[in-house]
Amino acid sequence: MKHLEISGQAEPVASAPPLLSINELSVRFRTRSGIVNALDRVTFEVRPGEIVGVVGESGSGKSVTAFAVMGILDAAASITGGSIHFEGRDVLGMNRRERDMWRGSEASIIFQNPRVALNPIRKVGQQIADVLARHSPASPSAIRQSVLDALRQVRLPDPEKRQSAYPTELSGGQCQRVGIAMALACSPRLLIADEPTTGLDVTTQAVIMELIRDLARSRQLGTVFITHDLALAAQYCDRVVVMHAGHVVETAAVSELFSAARHPYTAKLLRSVPSLVDRLEELQAIEGSLPDLRRVDLPFCRFAERCERRISLCDSAPLSLAPIGPNHCVACRNPL
Amino acid sequence: MKRVLWRLLGAIPTLFGVILATFLLTRVLPGDPAVFFAGNPSMDAHAIEQVRQSLGLDKSLLQQFVIYLHALAHGDLGQSISTGLPVRQELLNRLPASAELTLCAFLLAIVTAVPLGVIAALRPGSLIDQLCRLISTLGVSLPTFVTGLMLIYVFYYLLGAAPEPIGRLDPFMTTPPKVTGFLLIDTLLNGDYDAFVASAKQLILPALTMALFALAPLARMTRASMLNVLSSDFIRTARANGLSWRTTVITYAFRNAMLPVVTTLGMTFSYMLGANVLVEQVFAWPGIGAFALNSLISLDYAPLQGFMLIMAAIFLMVNLVTDLVYAIIDPRAEFEK
Amino acid sequence: MNSMMRERLRVAHYLIAENPINLVAFGLFAFLLLAAIIGPVVAPHSPLATDTSIALQPPSVAHWFGTDQLGRDVFSRVLVATRLDLFIAFSAVILSCIVGSTIGAVIGYFGGWLDATVSRCVDVLMAFPLFVLAMAVVAALGNTVMNVVYATAVINLPFYIRLARAEINVRRSLGYVEAARVGGSGDFRILSVILLPNALSPIVVQASVNLGWAVLNAAGLSFLGLGVRAPTPEWGIMVAEGAHFIASGQWWIVFFPACALMITVFSFNLLGDVVRDILDPRLRT
Repeated sequence: MKHLEISGQAEPVASAPPLLSINELSVRFRTRSGIVNALDRVTFEVRPGEIVGVVGESGSGKSVTAFAVMGILDAAASITGGSIHFEGRDVLGMNRRERDMWRGSEASIIFQNPRVALNPIRKVGQQIADVLARHSPASPSAIRQSVLDALRQVRLPDPEKRQSAYPTELSGGQCQRVGIAMALACSPRLLIADEPTTGLDVTTQAVIMELIRDLARSRQLGTVFITHDLALAAQYCDRVVVMHAGHVVETAAVSELFSAARHPYTAKLLRSVPSLVDRLEELQAIEGSLPDLRRVDLPFCRFAERCERRISLCDSAPLSLAPIGPNHCVACRNPL
Repeated sequence: MKRVLWRLLGAIPTLFGVILATFLLTRVLPGDPAVFFAGNPSMDAHAIEQVRQSLGLDKSLLQQFVIYLHALAHGDLGQSISTGLPVRQELLNRLPASAELTLCAFLLAIVTAVPLGVIAALRPGSLIDQLCRLISTLGVSLPTFVTGLMLIYVFYYLLGAAPEPIGRLDPFMTTPPKVTGFLLIDTLLNGDYDAFVASAKQLILPALTMALFALAPLARMTRASMLNVLSSDFIRTARANGLSWRTTVITYAFRNAMLPVVTTLGMTFSYMLGANVLVEQVFAWPGIGAFALNSLISLDYAPLQGFMLIMAAIFLMVNLVTDLVYAIIDPRAEFEK
Repeated sequence: MNSMMRERLRVAHYLIAENPINLVAFGLFAFLLLAAIIGPVVAPHSPLATDTSIALQPPSVAHWFGTDQLGRDVFSRVLVATRLDLFIAFSAVILSCIVGSTIGAVIGYFGGWLDATVSRCVDVLMAFPLFVLAMAVVAALGNTVMNVVYATAVINLPFYIRLARAEINVRRSLGYVEAARVGGSGDFRILSVILLPNALSPIVVQASVNLGWAVLNAAGLSFLGLGVRAPTPEWGIMVAEGAHFIASGQWWIVFFPACALMITVFSFNLLGDVVRDILDPRLRT
């Protein structure tokens, strides 16, 4: 395994109660071609001040989980089970008004494709002001100041000029900074970053990731960093949650995961990423493809059909995450 | 600002083409133009020859065109044979009638179609949504003249609610002195409330007919555009930030959704200008459309030419205004060169 | 191409099965074609036979749609008129489609001053409200059926010209065109064999959508007295004749030809939507 720059915190803040607690969350989508079982009993936690990476292939349900937390799932989606708790409060049980007051001010999300995530015919400063006015009403001049402060915090040069710009006038990286400024304007305690650097060029990627991490540390934000890029996860996260086909298959501290992964899927994933593998000859693709989540006969372990370590026990009962070491859980009947 | 000037400049060649086209039109029409422009069909051969010379019809086509341009520059659109008056005067006399009708219909259509489309998009599958889709589908299948006749049958003959469709004002009412030419305004300015009500009553059915015609494409476009915008990423961001329903739907979604609708407004207005002729025919409305048609049938071609010119000019202007409004509303327009 | 055809047929089957309205559209269309073809043969009365003794009679067993002011059987007239109205619409659309697409393809391919000139001409055409333009064309050419066809074709030309031009423009610099050019194919061959078939899809969609509008347009012209002349049975003229009587309550002279018009336009529009859904679902509104 390559020597990775792993900069997670050495000791997770284990004693603090969880900021975000997702328990047995299941989500289903109604589509023209059938019902898609997008999430099946997804469980993980985020503690205050920690950066949790959620990694997995496209279609593994990472964004669905994030959208479920923020309440922005598609109309065709329904939450069929489980719970989401934020600082002990039941998020799914909130009524419309509570939810609207909560999101954007106590928990925020930033998206991939930052430019299209912004209103194209509204000045970016005005959009940030909209969020501020909604959650902490103040005089227009005070809000204007807060907008400038927010833009400075994300290190956007020349904020006075930039705030009257439209998203089309800004680069991708600048749009993402605006997105981050908007998300952090009301000082939330949870930040979800859904593939925030996908679509940005490599240099900008690094800069944005540094910014997110610095802000997260300085504000003690609980952060969920969703990505399909394992190398990025290794570099910036404290803990990693590995998802596959709507299941959480493994969670561990980042150093542990990358040196001693216990789930066969995680191991295969690590071996398939060039930046994590020492020699190209060692690169291995994962055979097969994600199972069709519309199937009614999905096996209990959704990786089983591609797994070399499959045993009869795998098909016996539904899987759950079980601790396999300190702060290391895995959902497997036959772990490595 | 530069865009405005550029756009204005771009319209000039088209305007020139329009003038050229209307000029060629009269040269293509069957018959002797000299007789038509003489204004008096019973003129003797000598007088007609004089007219021919003054119009320059014995000269080359190019020279004739120059003369035509010269006349246009002085606002001279020729004489109408059937009425004996200058075409320009006839058209100006009748323009307010058509304008009042078209504008009222247009406003009516917008005020109905836009809310309908927006609500239909906000409540997919609801009754309003079904209604909107039904109107959009049926609306484009209904010929304007059929709608007009149906309305007359139902509201005049069956229900007796509407007055007899014989024009703008009941002949027993006094026409107010002409200030704007718009009866609705002039009657009020004249303090004649009864005439105001009477002219409004006469206006309702034809305006409704034309409005129904424009309703379908507008409602359809509004609904489609709103649906499109509501499923876009920035609306998702707005919701994720907890913005209020009012801010999300009205300030964010609606404004964006209106952009394509503004473009459609221009097109719809063009169709309405065409439908004008039909509606004026059904309701005996004394507008320029009816005048142009009568001229056409009585082979009086100067008014027809003037009519075409005015129609094209109005349409070009409406398009220009629409483009400008769009450019003002949409800041992106400046960056898409 | 084979698998694409199969895919399209599958979509067609799905569309028909999903929405019964689509089936209605096809059914109506087939019925209209039938009426157009055998109408004059199966009409119970001659559409031109006048009998003023039975004028202005409401619908009855003898005359299903009643009689008009000259005692003619409205049903027979409506039925026979199908052929004329459909003929005008189809001819106009096919004519403008072929001519317009060709012009558009040529200027889209060659570009340059040819493109600039023709595009300006198209702009001028489009500067006139379309119906007004049709009126002028019929006025200029004379009051005949063919001139109505030409007028309708002329006002539809710009759509096809612009569409074909845009489609060809996008494709002319693509790789396979370059390859063909290098391989020695002449411009004409490239245009007709390689480029145009690919651009066919949106053009066909446009044509199918145009049909309904062409019927409305022709009917509108006839209503005003341009083009078709009495006593020829044609829906627009029949509505115009019946308009005089509607204010006095004799609704059937207007009603039945109007219904025929509406049903025709409606089914053409539906058909246009189905064709569009099969060929290019991206254009759905």
